[in-house]
Amino acid sequence: MNLWQSMARRDRVFEFLAPAISPVDVRHGPILYMEDVTVSFDGFRAIDNLNLTIDDGELRCIIGPNGAGKTTMMDIITGKTRPDTGDVWFGSRHDLLTMNEPEIASLGIGRKFQKPTVFEALTVFENLELAMTADKRVIPTLTARLTGDVRDRIEEVLTMIQLADQQAQPAGILSHGQKQWLEIGMLLMQRPRLLLVDEPVAGMTEQEMERTAELLTSLAGKQSVVVVEHDMGFVRSIARTVTVLHQGSVLAEGSMDQVQSDPRVIEVYLGESEEAA
Amino acid sequence: MWLSRPFNERSTRLFLLILVLAVTLVTILHLALPPENPLYVSGYTVGLLGKYLCYALLAVAVDLVWGYLGILSLGHGAFFALGGYAMGMYLMRQIGDRGTYGDPVLPDFMVFLNWESLPWYWHGFDMAWFAFLMVLLAPGALALVFGYLAFRSRVTGVYLSIITQAMTFALMLAFFRNEMGFGGNNGLTDFYDILGFDLRSGATRLGLFIASGVALALGYVLCRAIVASKLGRVCVASRDAEARTRFLGYRVERVQLFVFVVSAMLAGVAGALYVPQVGIINPSEFEPLFSIEIVVWVALGGRATLYGAVIGAILVNYAKTVFTGVMPDAWLFALGGLFVVSTVLLPKGIAGVLAYRRKQRNESDTTEVPA
Ligand SMILES: Nc1ncnc2c1ncn2[C@@H]1O[C@H](COP(=O)(O)OP(=O)(O)OP(=O)(O)O)[C@@H](O)[C@H]1O
Ligand SMILES: [Mg+2]
Repeated sequence: MNLWQSMARRDRVFEFLAPAISPVDVRHGPILYMEDVTVSFDGFRAIDNLNLTIDDGELRCIIGPNGAGKTTMMDIITGKTRPDTGDVWFGSRHDLLTMNEPEIASLGIGRKFQKPTVFEALTVFENLELAMTADKRVIPTLTARLTGDVRDRIEEVLTMIQLADQQAQPAGILSHGQKQWLEIGMLLMQRPRLLLVDEPVAGMTEQEMERTAELLTSLAGKQSVVVVEHDMGFVRSIARTVTVLHQGSVLAEGSMDQVQSDPRVIEVYLGESEEAA
Repeated sequence: MWLSRPFNERSTRLFLLILVLAVTLVTILHLALPPENPLYVSGYTVGLLGKYLCYALLAVAVDLVWGYLGILSLGHGAFFALGGYAMGMYLMRQIGDRGTYGDPVLPDFMVFLNWESLPWYWHGFDMAWFAFLMVLLAPGALALVFGYLAFRSRVTGVYLSIITQAMTFALMLAFFRNEMGFGGNNGLTDFYDILGFDLRSGATRLGLFIASGVALALGYVLCRAIVASKLGRVCVASRDAEARTRFLGYRVERVQLFVFVVSAMLAGVAGALYVPQVGIINPSEFEPLFSIEIVVWVALGGRATLYGAVIGAILVNYAKTVFTGVMPDAWLFALGGLFVVSTVLLPKGIAGVLAYRRKQRNESDTTEVPA
């Protein structure tokens, strides 16, 4: 990485050291609650009065044309972007707008970025080991031992992401799809309550897509999952509830069939394909 | 225990076995054979081999930061030289009143410069424990300050390499100055004894050679222990995807600083053992070119294996000894050529060839097993 890149970096140092943050309270409502959220970039409203709730254990798909604000929405939830107005709550106890990125991450919100980055020189097992919640200071890391608990958790995740057979292989030789699963596995090592997954199946083969669908549906229930995806076939195969985002706010919400027959949605998508034509 | 982990590794046990055998063999051939015997190892050769072992330890230190952390330090000669100077100061103070001017406290060069008293930073070096502590602390402190500033501002890659070159160059210029109080361009030399043992005696030379072997073994095990720990995996992770590693919650700049300081201290130990064996330390050890040479040893031996660094250091320095005997002026060209050839033909160095052959052998073994 060169100097400019390293100076221009936007992500910050994450610390999962403080396990003391009180657990999420979902007894009286959704796990994620966004109300009237607005963000403008130089006067342009990327998110415009967005209202969204995600229930505990839900699997939600978010679709929408390019520039609809899907990635920006995730930036807001993870604390990377601060909204101008609105409320964002995690459970009924945690106001995410008062927290920074590391605090939000340690609350149990995991995010998978579009481009997979796994540690290619390390084995699949080691990748998961590094992602595990632990004391990440230098000396504790140096003296850390692979306890039975850690091993059990890694093996559990290996089974979930179906990479148990590849655990001793360097992550560099995995296929594109396998790398995506490994990255999801790395998120799971931190036992998140809410997983945000941005375009997981881009560049995957049909078969890999099917297995990703299996994986994401199997995760729902134990944790809440929000998937942003362009591939309609894929969304149809996993979605229970679909939210359509357009120009920064919710255009429609419901089952895949309901959403697809909604005239406004058709208009947005048709309008887009006419432009492209 | 994290420190004992390397002993479970086959490669480390093999390395230690070979090292112990080699040191023992040299010791026996030196002590037991009469000088007429063709297999006799002379005192001169023992000293030469001891020097190679110090270089090997230095190369291991460089491989730790370059191979595993991805930090190409072109200034490790400075840490080596600082360790050497700390040892040199101790050896100077041991001379006592046996110097040319017979001053009981001041080294000859200070008397020559008409200095009245010992500079403050020379105090304590008459005590071995203090001097040996400084062998670790002086390079360690430089690495700590330098690394803190560099890693905190996320300076990596080529920029870091250039600053490390500048660092060693600046130190060279500083140590050349008489006013610095380190003997100027003559450096520190004309030593008499170490811990009461006469440096000119064959037994002391042999002792220093064995001590270098022990230091290499310990340094190697320490580096292996770091590399085989979870911290070692974090190093590799930050080498290949720094931002991702930070994102997982690791303080990459602290990991880099820790490993960099450990590496500098090892380089200091190598320098400290080197000085009594060659009998002199002067500012030429700070030369930027020397630091680049170290990197060539590691590249040739194979990065990120540690034992490759040892092989590379010993082979290149043996070649250098032979070559400079025959054609002294051509050595730099030979070294450059070696580097080019190794990067083109052996991108993973000699260690890479060894690993490849081992893999092939394993594969042919497994194919023989009936399916
Ligand atoms: N940091 C920023 N500064 C200025 N404008 C931004 C910034 N981030 C996003 N935008 C703009 O906000 C709008 C929403 O972007 P966003 O990345 O959220 O869209 P998206 O729905 O994820 O699109 P895609 O499907 O292409 O990934 C876009 O018009 C984008 O150009
Ligand atoms: Mg996007």
